[in-house]
Amino acid sequence: MDRMPRWADVLLVPLISLLLAAVISALVILAIGQNPWEALKIMVSGSVGSTYGWGYTLYYATNFMFTGLAVAVANHARLFNIGGEGQAVIGGLGVALIALYIPWPHWSLALLAAMVASAAFGAAWAAIPAVLQARRGSHIVITTIMFNFIAAALLNYLLVGPLKPAGTMETATASFPEATHIPSFRDMFSFGETILFRGTPANITFFIAILACLAVWLLIWKTRLGYEIRAFGFSEGAARYAGIGSTKIIMVTMLISGALAGMMAINNTLGEAERLILNAVEGAGFIGIAVALMGRSHPLGVFLAAILFGILYQGGSELGLTLAIPREMIVVIQALVIMFTGALDNMVRMPIERIFARRRARTPLSPPGPTLHPPGRVAPSSTPGTAATE
Amino acid sequence: MDWATLLQILDATLRLASPLLLACLAGLFSERAGIFDIGLEGKMLVAAFLAAGFAATTGSVWLGLLVGIAGSLALSAVHGLASITFRGNQLISGVAINFLASGLTVVVGQSWFAEGGRTPQLGDGQRFEELTFPGATEIRDLPILGSLYSEVLSGHTILVYAGLLAVPLSWWVLYRTRFGLRLRAVGENPAAVDTAGISVTRLRFAAVAIAGVLCALAGAQLSTAEPAAGFVRDMTAGRGYIALAALIFAKWRPFPALGACLLFGFLQALALRPALFQQSFGFSIQGQLLDAMPYILTVIILAGFVGRAIPPRAGGEPYVKER
Repeated sequence: MDRMPRWADVLLVPLISLLLAAVISALVILAIGQNPWEALKIMVSGSVGSTYGWGYTLYYATNFMFTGLAVAVANHARLFNIGGEGQAVIGGLGVALIALYIPWPHWSLALLAAMVASAAFGAAWAAIPAVLQARRGSHIVITTIMFNFIAAALLNYLLVGPLKPAGTMETATASFPEATHIPSFRDMFSFGETILFRGTPANITFFIAILACLAVWLLIWKTRLGYEIRAFGFSEGAARYAGIGSTKIIMVTMLISGALAGMMAINNTLGEAERLILNAVEGAGFIGIAVALMGRSHPLGVFLAAILFGILYQGGSELGLTLAIPREMIVVIQALVIMFTGALDNMVRMPIERIFARRRARTPLSPPGPTLHPPGRVAPSSTPGTAATE
Repeated sequence: MDWATLLQILDATLRLASPLLLACLAGLFSERAGIFDIGLEGKMLVAAFLAAGFAATTGSVWLGLLVGIAGSLALSAVHGLASITFRGNQLISGVAINFLASGLTVVVGQSWFAEGGRTPQLGDGQRFEELTFPGATEIRDLPILGSLYSEVLSGHTILVYAGLLAVPLSWWVLYRTRFGLRLRAVGENPAAVDTAGISVTRLRFAAVAIAGVLCALAGAQLSTAEPAAGFVRDMTAGRGYIALAALIFAKWRPFPALGACLLFGFLQALALRPALFQQSFGFSIQGQLLDAMPYILTVIILAGFVGRAIPPRAGGEPYVKER
């Protein structure tokens, strides 16, 4: 921990990783015969250059905040929840059921109900893998992956069968009633003649996402449960010795994680589509992994990383309109970000640690603290999942 | 269900099981050496794309296969670098590889062929053709065995047979050679292997490379083997994950892997013919349920209700040499 200053750990390492991802992305763009600088300009102006751009950027960012928080919370307990996608799908089912079958007098009540329903459905979908991990030791990564596919199949079944209104061809539910339509940014921020955010999907859910970031921060760092979650993640054995039950932590953490992922459905289903469609989640569950990794599982980091990925998503879809770069370039960039900030973290971290170690060795001013560690000792790895659990 | 349709379904089962089987064996080698590989899907996808792309442009499917193997090996190298050299998280590396493949194949495919991420249609001679076994036409009329031989066993591409042969071969390598013993040991107790003076790093890289080659065969089977005629975006459609499921189902052993893949292939073959299912079993079943079956079965297996699936003990953990 003391091998490099804190600012280097939270800022320098992610920035260098991001830079590496950007350089390789630029090389890919060069390789297909396009100009990466042009691409960058279009992405920036398309995503943050107008309220139209912001309206989409923040809409995407809202999705990623929920799924990013979901992954982040699980990460603190050293559980890798790869099932955000499926939990968000099932969360959408919860939203659709309450919006379609309960006559709401006012959107605010519908919104509250949607929050509860999406969280409950998402948590329920995470509960089965959590039980299996806690009770039977089934690897949560594999079970959550399987549950993504099962969720997709279940939704597919419901949307071609029971939930599909008669006489339509689309695989979607009926549109939600007028009373459940929550305010969009256009409704909220347009005054008189000036209409801002025209035709964009960003909506009030953005603020719920910010509240969720705050709530997660409070939970993880200011409550006893959060302490237990972190202790469990740091060392399962030590946590058990301290009287923290592993079953309880795994269950509670995964339920919170699933609930957060499920709540994404407020944004995309109640807020944007206003009905349940087949491919509503669009991979946001997986982007949550990248967001949580970039944000170092801290709510503020998740918030910033989610905005960054919102920019990337909106800017990336503009690319296809002006340059001959397909929208899938976003997926490539996303993959590179996951690769460099997640899997290749040590590649960036090790040389930087060495630089700081050398600088410290050269300055004789410091008290004899650092000499406690013999030079060349391997630093305790700080990547998730590498700690000895037994 | 009459005999002819059963034969058709079994034939389709073998064809559909083949990419699953090759990918499953790829995962077997990697995970037996202690390297989790979620990136099977991505490696298959890249290989499928490159194989079809180069087969279309050069006219030689074998050259395409070779380039596909090279592409898949490149991703294997990235996975190895991340999870062996830099001791990163193997799961995250796999996830990244899957996205990289899914994005790059479309971006590059659009740039090369401008067909929305597809490769050009492969014509005759540009793809792996169905082989007819000697005597298949002659003994077709023999009852049961004759038709099984000529309708089900014969008439697949060389990659299907390669997959079937890879099963005993993998078994032999893993359980009857020194390399296999060491490979299994490195997945259970890398420190012991290291103490014996054998390089953990080299063994694991070898395992990851074998996985790369097998994934490439699986990918090429999808895009360049008859009746397929080219690459379509995201054409692996979760098969890498089904292969992973089959691997767990088979408890990381080669012959059970064959069984699991045939079972999942059979489910896929059934899902392709919903009407037939209804008429032969008397009740209709949702296609979605059949699609989800491999995943549901795997969860049940993982839950330990049908025998316990215990992964290699050192799986997923990077090996740090003591100093």
